[in-house]
Amino acid sequence: MDLKDKLISSFMAFESNVDIEHPVHDVRTEAMKNFEMKGFPTKKEEAWKYTSLKNLQKVDFSIFPKEENALEYKQVKKYFLHEVDTYKIVFIDGIYSSYLSETTHDGVDICLMSSALTKPMYKPVVDVYFNKVASKDESLTTLNTAFCREGAYIYIPKNKMPKKPVEIIHFATGNEASLMLQPRNLIIAEENSELQVIERHQSLTSNEVLTNSVTEIFAADSAIVDYYKIQNDSENASLIDNTYIDQKGKSNVSVHTFSFGGKLIRNNLNFYQNGEHIESTMKGVTILGNKQHVDHHTLVHHIEPNCESHQDYKGIYGENATGVFNGKIIVDKIAQKTNAFQQNNNILVSDKATINTKPQLEIFADDVKCSHGCTIGQLDEDALFYLQSRGIPQKEARALLMYAFANNVLESVRIPEVKARINKLIAKKLGVSLGFDL
Amino acid sequence: MLKIKDLHASIDDKEILKGINLEVKAGEVHAIMGPNGSGKSTLSAVIAGKEEFEVTQGSVELDGEDLDEVAPEERAHKGVFLSFQYPVEIPGVSVTNFIKTAINESRKARGMEEMPANEMLKMIREKSELLDIDRKFLSRSLNEGFSGGEKKRNEIFQMAMLEPKLAILDETDSGLDIDALRIVANGVNKLKSKDNAVIVITHYQRLLEYIVPDFVHVLHNGKIVKSGGKELALELEEKGYDWIKNEAVV
Ligand SMILES: Nc1ncnc2c1ncn2[C@@H]1O[C@H](COP(=O)(O)OP(=O)(O)OP(=O)(O)O)[C@@H](O)[C@H]1O
Ligand SMILES: [Mg+2]
Repeated sequence: MDLKDKLISSFMAFESNVDIEHPVHDVRTEAMKNFEMKGFPTKKEEAWKYTSLKNLQKVDFSIFPKEENALEYKQVKKYFLHEVDTYKIVFIDGIYSSYLSETTHDGVDICLMSSALTKPMYKPVVDVYFNKVASKDESLTTLNTAFCREGAYIYIPKNKMPKKPVEIIHFATGNEASLMLQPRNLIIAEENSELQVIERHQSLTSNEVLTNSVTEIFAADSAIVDYYKIQNDSENASLIDNTYIDQKGKSNVSVHTFSFGGKLIRNNLNFYQNGEHIESTMKGVTILGNKQHVDHHTLVHHIEPNCESHQDYKGIYGENATGVFNGKIIVDKIAQKTNAFQQNNNILVSDKATINTKPQLEIFADDVKCSHGCTIGQLDEDALFYLQSRGIPQKEARALLMYAFANNVLESVRIPEVKARINKLIAKKLGVSLGFDL
Repeated sequence: MLKIKDLHASIDDKEILKGINLEVKAGEVHAIMGPNGSGKSTLSAVIAGKEEFEVTQGSVELDGEDLDEVAPEERAHKGVFLSFQYPVEIPGVSVTNFIKTAINESRKARGMEEMPANEMLKMIREKSELLDIDRKFLSRSLNEGFSGGEKKRNEIFQMAMLEPKLAILDETDSGLDIDALRIVANGVNKLKSKDNAVIVITHYQRLLEYIVPDFVHVLHNGKIVKSGGKELALELEEKGYDWIKNEAVV
C-alpha cells in the first residue's frame, strides 16, 4: 500500500479516537476530501519541480505510534536551549511529554493544541483562528489538517509578553521503524503583545521519520513575534514545514530558518500582510552536505499599502547536497509604497552540489520599491589568499569566510542565547573551532 | 634573507615574470619601481605564495629554504608579510578578531601559547596609537567600506601587529593623504631593525623620502632592468621610464 492509501484508510481509525461531533472535525473531513483528491504533490507541479516526495511515499510509515515513550531529560538536554530559561512544549513520537515540558496559563496560554481543540473554554478562540490562514487546498497542508490533533497552542492576550521564550520540540525515539508525524501549531499574539518561539525537530536514531507540520501564526495590531526554526536533524529525518502567518497593522513578525541537517527539508513559509505599516522578515542559513536536500519556498503577499518585507537567505552546499530557493512576492494593486527586499546568496563548496534559485515577483502596484538578487558562487579566492597570507591556515580561512558569509543573517536574531547557539552550530558544521564569536 | 633566483612565473600559460634575480639582506630596504603592468604585484604575490601563479623556473628562498612547496600561511608564520595593493573586503570579520586570529595562528605554528588577552589589548592600543588609528575603526568589518587610505593604514596596522621579518609594501602610499603618508612611513621606520627587511613597491619618489631605500630596482616586462641607489628613484621621477626601456632593448 502506498502512503496515500495508507493515510486514507488510517483516517477512519483516527476518527474513532477524536470527537467527531466537534465542529473542528468538519474541518478535518473537508481537508481529507481535498487530500484524497489531490494526493501528494509531484514534480510535474511547478512548486515541486526540484523536490521529489516519491521515495518517501514508498516508506511504510507508522501513522500513529503504538506506545508512549519516555525520555530522560539528560538524554535530550543538549537539544534544549539550556543556556536560557524557557517554556517548553515537548512531544515524544508525537505524544505530549508533560515530564519534559513546562507550560503556563499565567496570564498567557502556552499549552497544547489537543486542549485547545477539545476544551470549551478555548472554543471562542479556535472558532476565530483555527485553519483560517492555513491553505485549504494545498495538499500537504490539508493532509495535516485532516489529522490535526496535537501540537502547540499559544495565546498571548493584548499587551502581554510571556516571561520567557517558548521552545517547541519534537523528539522521535526510533521505537517505530519509520514514523510519520503531523504536528499542528496555533499561535495567536493579540494587539501589542510579544512572543518568541524556537522550534526544533529531533530524531534520536537513524530510523526514518517524516514530519509534515503546519503552524498558523496570527499577529494582531502592533504585535511582535520572532520565530526561530532549528533544522539540524539526522540524515534519515525529513521535514515538510508549512507555516502561515497572518499579520495586522504595524505588526512585526520574523522567521529565521536554520537548516543544518536532515534528509529532505521543505519549508513553505507564507506571509499575508493584512494591514498597513507591517514588517515581515524571513531569514535563513542553510549549510548542508552529503545527499541532503533543502527547498525554501517563501511567499509574501503585500495586500495593503505602506508595508515592508525583508528576505535574506544564505546557503552553503557541499558534497552532493541540493538546494532550492523560490521567493515569491505579490504586491496587490492597492499596496502602494510597498518596500520588498529579497536576497539569496549561495556558495557551492563542491562541484557536485547544486542550487536552484528563483525570485518570482508579481507586482501590480506602481509606486513600490522592490529589489531582489541571487548569487551562486565559490569562495572568493582573493579573500582566501588574503587571510592565508596573514597566517590563517587554509582550512580555517575557508571556514572563516563561510562563517562570515552565513553569519550576517544572525544580526537580526534577538535572543542572544539563540544567536550564540546558532553561531556554535555553524562553526561545528563547518568543522572549525573559532577562538572567538564574530 | 630573501634570495630570488631566475624566477619565472606565469598565469594561464601567460608568462609574467621572466627571470627575476634579487637578494635582500636583513636590515635592508629595497624599492621596486616600474611601469604599470610590469609585474610588481605579481612578484609580491609569488613571494607571498599565491598559488594561481605557477613558478615555471627559478626559486624563491627565505633564509636558505626554498619556498616552492610552502603554503602562504606557512610563509606568514616564517615572517613574510604582504601589504596588498588592493586589500580584500571581508564582511563579517572584525579587524580586531582577525588580527587576534592571525597572531595566534602564527604563535601556534611556532609552538607558542596564545597571546594573553591583556597583552593583546596593550599591543593593539600601542600600535593603533603609533599609526593614529581610531579604536572604533578596529571593531568594523575588515576593510568593508573602508576608504582607500583607511585600507592602506589598516594594512600597516596589521604589519605592526604581526612584526614580520620581511615586509613587502605594494603601493601602500597610493591612496594615502600627505599626513597619512607621513604617519604610515614613520610607523614603518619605527618597526625597522637590523633583523628585518622591507621591500617597498611604489610609483613615487615621495614615499622614498620617508622610507629611505638602500637599493632601487626597476621592473619592466617581468625583469629587473636596472638597479641602483636611492638617487635612481629621483632620476626616474624626472625622466620617466622610457630611457630605461630603450636601454633595456639595447
Ligand atoms: N590573474 C591574472 N590573470 C591574467 N593576467 C594577470 C593576472 N594578474 C596579473 N596579470 C597580468 O600580469 C601583468 C602584471 O601585472 P601586475 O599586477 O603584477 O603589474 P604591476 O606591476 O603591479 O602594475 P601596477 O603598477 O599597475 O600595479 C599585467 O599585464 C596583468 O594584466
Ligand atoms: Mg601592482
